[in-house]
Amino acid sequence: MLSSFTSWFADPNLQWILMGSLLLGLGSGVIGSFAYLRKQSLLGDALAHAALPGICIAFMLSGVKSMGLFILGAIISGALATFGIHAITRFSRIKQDAALGIVLSVFFGIGVVLMTKIQHSGNGNQSGLDKYMFGQAASMMLSDVYLVGAVSLVLILICALLFKEFKLVSFDPGFARGMGMRTAFLEQLLLLMTVIAVVIGIQAVGVVLVAALLITPAVAARYWTDRLGVMVVFAGVFGGLSGAVGTMISGTLSNLPTGPVTVLAATLLFAVSALFAPNRGLIAKLMRRSRQRVEVRQWAGTPESGLGAAASRRYAGERSADS
Amino acid sequence: MTTYPLEVERLTVAYQKKPVLNSVSFNIPAGKLIGILGPNGAGKSTLLKAMLGLIPVVDGDVKIFGGAYHEQRKRVGYVPQRESVDWDFPTHALDVVMMGRYGHLGWFRRPGAAERNLALECLTKVGMSELAGRQISQLSGGQQQRVFLARALAQTADLYFMDEPFAGVDATTEKAIVALLQELKEQGKTVLVVHHDLATVEQYFDHVLLLNGGLVAEGPTQEVFTPDNLQKTYGGRIAILQDFSASASAGQV
Repeated sequence: MLSSFTSWFADPNLQWILMGSLLLGLGSGVIGSFAYLRKQSLLGDALAHAALPGICIAFMLSGVKSMGLFILGAIISGALATFGIHAITRFSRIKQDAALGIVLSVFFGIGVVLMTKIQHSGNGNQSGLDKYMFGQAASMMLSDVYLVGAVSLVLILICALLFKEFKLVSFDPGFARGMGMRTAFLEQLLLLMTVIAVVIGIQAVGVVLVAALLITPAVAARYWTDRLGVMVVFAGVFGGLSGAVGTMISGTLSNLPTGPVTVLAATLLFAVSALFAPNRGLIAKLMRRSRQRVEVRQWAGTPESGLGAAASRRYAGERSADS
Repeated sequence: MTTYPLEVERLTVAYQKKPVLNSVSFNIPAGKLIGILGPNGAGKSTLLKAMLGLIPVVDGDVKIFGGAYHEQRKRVGYVPQRESVDWDFPTHALDVVMMGRYGHLGWFRRPGAAERNLALECLTKVGMSELAGRQISQLSGGQQQRVFLARALAQTADLYFMDEPFAGVDATTEKAIVALLQELKEQGKTVLVVHHDLATVEQYFDHVLLLNGGLVAEGPTQEVFTPDNLQKTYGGRIAILQDFSASASAGQV
């Protein structure tokens, strides 16, 4: 185990892949913070599932496994899915959560059918498309890794530049629009960035679980702070850690898919945050409550609370009534 | 020729073919406090949102200081309904107030010391300077409302739109808001307030807009805020209210 670990680190290819997944997690965590605060956590999941048919069709049309084409296909089918969700909520009485459920499963169903068809065809085996279901970071080609890393950096850079705009659009879009901010553009941009974060993460983490890399780090980060800037940084760090740990463990243990390991790592960080975070954490909350209980009891026992005196008066009254 | 701070002509808004506002026209004089009154669903908030360009209008024209809204944005301040945002958002009171400056800052630029000082000044005006660093979910409803008011003040506007600032606030906050409205009026600013409490209308507002799908009446409070007009605006419901108040005063005697 240890020797495989060290040999793994000596491989420059794998070092790059590790770097790539770290950046991927960082970018996903940062974008995910905004998706989470805008209550669009599930949308990321729907987009990821919707990407599968896009990727399959891109492969069927071109016959080559190219990250760029896959991203294009995923964005198109992601856009179709978003449009579908929008149309369903607009033209029927169905609410958004149900619309998300319908669109997510339909697109994923189509994707699985197409993928099965590809695998039964001649060049199916070398397509490596099966890796897209649960992710296999180690199967990424170096050019893909560069692309993933570069795109993640661009996403982070956009978030840093438009931090103020994204903040206001997430907190109070009506007010933002009233003061002349291009909210429709900013919301579309955030959505597009979410799609891109999801799509570049698919090969490393997989269609099924990539949304967890978007949301879990953000939710965990929210426990530690009441400042958006700090939360975004924490979410990025948590995402980066999860991505790197997932890649390392799945790379050293024989062919374990990266997605599940990454998600487990992220969930562990979440559990630690939910338990131990100051203020919002469960333990801090329990301690605060028990401290308050003690304080209230002490206060109730003191003369200035009035409770002790009133109780003794009532007691005295009862006694005189008895006699 | 004097230009009005706000001119609205034939404004019509519909939600999915159902008209909510039907051809509403009025001019608002400068330096007045204006109450927008009407029953639930009368289109009060819709009117505000339509004038701010937040929802599409079917027809009509809104002029602010003689120009189109998008040209005059920096002269307009807005206080949305308090329930319209998630107060568990990771931010603090001062930060929310600074958001009032984002429109003036423009793209990419971050708020700096100048914005910070102005925001603190606005928080002080609503009596909240000690709570500047408080996470917004830990503020009471009235304090949250005052944060929203301070944010609108930070917009340094000449025309303000306030959507139910008095909804669900305690007496302290109500007093603070009234004092603030008076101060804005003394500075020659114009404030439109969506309001529900008929008992305080005459005390708070110089001018009223009575709304029920269309414009029922509009003008100075003494002239327009009459039982007759209220009857037209609220229908039978106001009669019950009056009977109730009459019997209540009779019971006291």
